[in-house]
Amino acid sequence: MPDPAPRQTVAYRGGGFVHSPKTLTGPVVFVALLIIWEAGSRLGWISPLVLPAPSEAFEAFRELLMSGLLWKHLSASLQRLVTGWISGTILGVMAGLAIGLSSHIRAGLLPLVSAIFPIPKIALLPLFVIWFGIGEGAKTATILFGTFFPTVIAVYGGVDNVDRSLIRMGQSFGMKPLSIVIKIILPGALPAILSGFRISASIAIILLVAAEMIGAEYGVGAYILLAGSLMATDQLIAGVAILSMMGLSVSWLIGRVEKALLRWR
Amino acid sequence: MDLSLENINHSYGDLTVLSDINLDIRQGQIVCIIGPSGCGKSTLLRLIGGLERPDRGDVFQIGPPPPGSLNPLTFIFQDFALLPWRTVEGNVSLVLEDHNLTASDRHRIITDVLTRTNLISFKEAFPRQLSGGMKQRVAIARALSVSPAVLLMDEPLSALDSQTRELLMDDLVGLWDRENFTACYVTHNLAEAVRLGHKIVVLSRRPGQIREVVEIDMPLQDRKDRMVELDARQRHLWGLLRDEALVADQELMNA
Repeated sequence: MPDPAPRQTVAYRGGGFVHSPKTLTGPVVFVALLIIWEAGSRLGWISPLVLPAPSEAFEAFRELLMSGLLWKHLSASLQRLVTGWISGTILGVMAGLAIGLSSHIRAGLLPLVSAIFPIPKIALLPLFVIWFGIGEGAKTATILFGTFFPTVIAVYGGVDNVDRSLIRMGQSFGMKPLSIVIKIILPGALPAILSGFRISASIAIILLVAAEMIGAEYGVGAYILLAGSLMATDQLIAGVAILSMMGLSVSWLIGRVEKALLRWR
Repeated sequence: MDLSLENINHSYGDLTVLSDINLDIRQGQIVCIIGPSGCGKSTLLRLIGGLERPDRGDVFQIGPPPPGSLNPLTFIFQDFALLPWRTVEGNVSLVLEDHNLTASDRHRIITDVLTRTNLISFKEAFPRQLSGGMKQRVAIARALSVSPAVLLMDEPLSALDSQTRELLMDDLVGLWDRENFTACYVTHNLAEAVRLGHKIVVLSRRPGQIREVVEIDMPLQDRKDRMVELDARQRHLWGLLRDEALVADQELMNA
């Protein structure tokens, strides 16, 4: 009888390169870092002048909260952020739609947008001060300009990417052009527009702080600047933590809006 | 309402895609257009539906569209063209919203077409929840909702698997039996053409010209069971197409 042919299991070589959600890892890393940092400060490895302990920064935050100044700084900042971002976004969506829909407007405005977009808007702040005054005007205008350009680019990119076959479908059923824009193009561009909002919101926060550092009595940026010039690093860290929380809240809010509006995906 | 195409010529730049097309589409008839890929079948359909303008020649509507027709020339697309952010109901509603209808009229029409196409229990579903066959049924319901005079079908079954295609073909035959709709049906699938076409127009390779028009008298509802008799017709059509398809296949794109 001949020997049976040798048998062998096929070696597994798939798997990997796929992400699975690990909900606990993030908080664990964060807490571990805080503990190491705190321990390092208490054991004298980290000089308090170089970097204050997290507990000291938290203490500075508590003082700020108790003195009532937190709300003063925060409300001043949020007011600028909201007015600047909303007006920049409204104008940006309108300009982006115009550029996305009309070849003439695109040919006329797009080179201008491309030329102004890369300018750090904070460089224009002195001009804005001359145009809009040293008060709220210049700060809001800086945020408005900073928000406007990324919004324009996100919106017209979104309009460009709307499935042409859907537009052709609308035309084939005799839909009016305005209906096609409102019911087909805008919802189709919405995912791109919302991810544009994420970018413009973080740019708005960066510009807010920069503008407040140049001249403001109240505002998170002013608070951080003052802390820095007094070498109060604990207050500085507290201020930076507030900014980080602001950014996280904004991105959480946009996430909620995305979930609600893009339910169909 | 009949349609009549007279001396249609069309080109994209230097590339002539259609030349000298003369064709009549009579009321109650399904006219199938077949031809090798790139022969201008879909362009011809877009010309008929007014989505493109022919360079020369005209498409005429003869007689008035039936009373109550909201959109006499109505397309059904290969890729369904449903709005992913609207439900089944919303997708049908979309094409009615620009017409002067009361909300209750609109609701009545939507309920009626969804019932006729057996979709009423899916009216809250989003397109991503539906299979390809169901999506195309929604597109058919949407097309019926505007009471078309002529359905312009651009490879409506080509994106579906063969079992679903078979089911939908039965649906279409059933629908034609009940409603006697007029259609211009573009396909590259010969089996579909002989199952659904009263008149089959064979286009040649670019520039697309009419090579032959084949008429099939057998009633649509009998064809499924008498495919053997239709086999000769299908083979004849394949004979016409084979060489053209071979050459078309080996052509460079954008040549």
